[in-house]
Amino acid sequence: MSTPEVKTVTQSTAAPRELTMGDAIKEALAEEMRRDSTVLIMGEDVAEAGTVFKVLSGLSAEFGTDRVIDTPISEAGFTGLAVGAAMTGLRPVVDIMFGDFIALVMDQMANQAAKVHYMSGGKWKVPLVMRTTLGATRRSAAQHSQSLHAWFSHVPGLKVVLPSTPYDAKGLLKSAIRDDNPVIFFEDKMMYRLKGPVPSEEYTIPLGVADVKRSGDDITLVATSSMVQVALGAAKMLEQEGISAEVIDPRTTWPLDEETLIESVKKTSRAIVIDEGYARYGVTAEIASVIAEGAFHYLDKPVKRIGAMHVPIPFSPPLEDVTVPTEQMVYDTARSMCGKS
Amino acid sequence: MTNNKSVVETEKSTAQGISSDKYLEMYRKMVAIRLFEENVNDLYTRAIMPGLAHLYIGEEAIAVGVCSALRSDDYITSTHRGHGHCLAKGASPDRMFAELLGKEAGYCRGKGGSMHIADPATGNLGANAIVGGSTGIAAGAAFSAKRLGNGRVAVCFFGEGALGQGLLYESMNLAQLWKLPVIYVCENNTYNEYTHYSETTAGEVLDRPKAFGIYAEKVDGQDVLAVYAAAKKVVERARGGNGPAFLLCDTYRYRGHHVGDVSREYYRSKQEEQKWISERDPVKLFGDWLIAEKHATADHLQEIGTEVKAMIDAAVQFALSAPYPDPGEVQQDVYA
Repeated sequence: MSTPEVKTVTQSTAAPRELTMGDAIKEALAEEMRRDSTVLIMGEDVAEAGTVFKVLSGLSAEFGTDRVIDTPISEAGFTGLAVGAAMTGLRPVVDIMFGDFIALVMDQMANQAAKVHYMSGGKWKVPLVMRTTLGATRRSAAQHSQSLHAWFSHVPGLKVVLPSTPYDAKGLLKSAIRDDNPVIFFEDKMMYRLKGPVPSEEYTIPLGVADVKRSGDDITLVATSSMVQVALGAAKMLEQEGISAEVIDPRTTWPLDEETLIESVKKTSRAIVIDEGYARYGVTAEIASVIAEGAFHYLDKPVKRIGAMHVPIPFSPPLEDVTVPTEQMVYDTARSMCGKS
Repeated sequence: MTNNKSVVETEKSTAQGISSDKYLEMYRKMVAIRLFEENVNDLYTRAIMPGLAHLYIGEEAIAVGVCSALRSDDYITSTHRGHGHCLAKGASPDRMFAELLGKEAGYCRGKGGSMHIADPATGNLGANAIVGGSTGIAAGAAFSAKRLGNGRVAVCFFGEGALGQGLLYESMNLAQLWKLPVIYVCENNTYNEYTHYSETTAGEVLDRPKAFGIYAEKVDGQDVLAVYAAAKKVVERARGGNGPAFLLCDTYRYRGHHVGDVSREYYRSKQEEQKWISERDPVKLFGDWLIAEKHATADHLQEIGTEVKAMIDAAVQFALSAPYPDPGEVQQDVYA
């Protein structure tokens, strides 16, 4: 389940244009808003301010403040409103500034948006996108640093997207906006300035297709969002030890491309799952279980998981830094699993 | 109840423009809701209906009064006590009963049940089992209507129990800020489940919408014509671009919070119930008025009752004989 159409486009561009993650997201929104007049954005300080992260700067100038709409600080209210708007002919993209604030919108997402289609026997649809953030190490403490994508991944009826590159962010966000289901799009707030190739040509990336970020033979590193760069860094370190690591980014936790994960581990016989959410009852647990069930007879070692330490995210830098997975942790774990201690 | 006087006076003049046919249609709908709910009670107590049943008996004038002021393409959101709203908006009793019994012919193919009837064909965005849970959805439907310029309004029905939920105030703030065509209809049936609303509700209810600058008025929820007149006024106002409104409809839930709530003496007296039933019954009050104003004879009303009973009985039979969904459908429609 690779993405051939994606690779073709990349290769056809002689000198690939580079965009930051933030600009790739903005470009996806702008293109979809030009294509479809029912697409609109709402959230706190999304218009002239362009959000606190400045990701949307300039959109309100092109589309006006009646399509890039500033809301009160009222997450449940405007999310609920967006659910109703999505049911009745619009395609809203709501902006929840910090992922921690999803606790404020949970009823509207988990009990309303996720269930409307099913409960109505398939008659009402909710084509809603919620963009929000994840990721620690910004020294923002316990209520502005969590990675809570597992919460939504647990709820049937929702789709959850975790882009790790500017290219993926743009293609996945365009697909999310065109999807007829509620989709939550988690952006790593520490990666907005990460640059990467993004072709000028139109492209989308389907939801539910993993991407092999690096090929390898000895161990599979399954990594999401912020952890893809960590896994790629660890893979480089491992290369110097003669260990060939494959890095796979599922890109969506639901739908989950189980086949690509299982096939990779059948080849490498070892796997580590790395995700910035809490490991307990989290995304790493689910993916590890998928691999264990799907590739049990191929495994040389039990699947390992690396996630955020099970503590509220602390403020003080030396405290915060030990709560998130690092290249070194991935490297040490992989090395040990490959018999090099 | 001094406020009601002005409403009723307004009504008299408004009422003159209505045909007898429209009055009788409203009466027929109220009787249909009453008989529908009597049958729900019967099916439930005979253990034929699974789940929970929250009856609307005693509150019929509100759903019928409000929905009679709506276009068929206007939106409503409803509640766990929602059968009356759905029927008043045009739902068909046979498919309603089928849904209540979990049958494939039901409005939601049996996946929603009593608390989740939804039907795009009648503008019903869905009954909602989270108290106050649909207040945002109603505002959102009104937002779409305004954005798309289709002239629709959205009515958000909720009980006074939802007055404790924050989402209601978040959505009212947005509705007034953006002048959305949404009508908040608060059905104060006096009890939040098993607790008198005065024990849960600080201050004056009408002061709450008024704090947002939302037009608000109190209506006698047992008087279908008063409800209709008030609804017509605020619906036209919203359709005309003048923003949201809030109607506080005083009413009374004749039965328990749900069918199983039979021993109610610990929270309200039988005398209190009897007083509402004998003195303030919305169906009887409207029937008496129709006769007094010569829109119908007692025989005519009796005839309507008989017709409606036959229709409801047939609907029950339809639902009883309808097949259940195939278990293979369980994973269908999780995603669009």
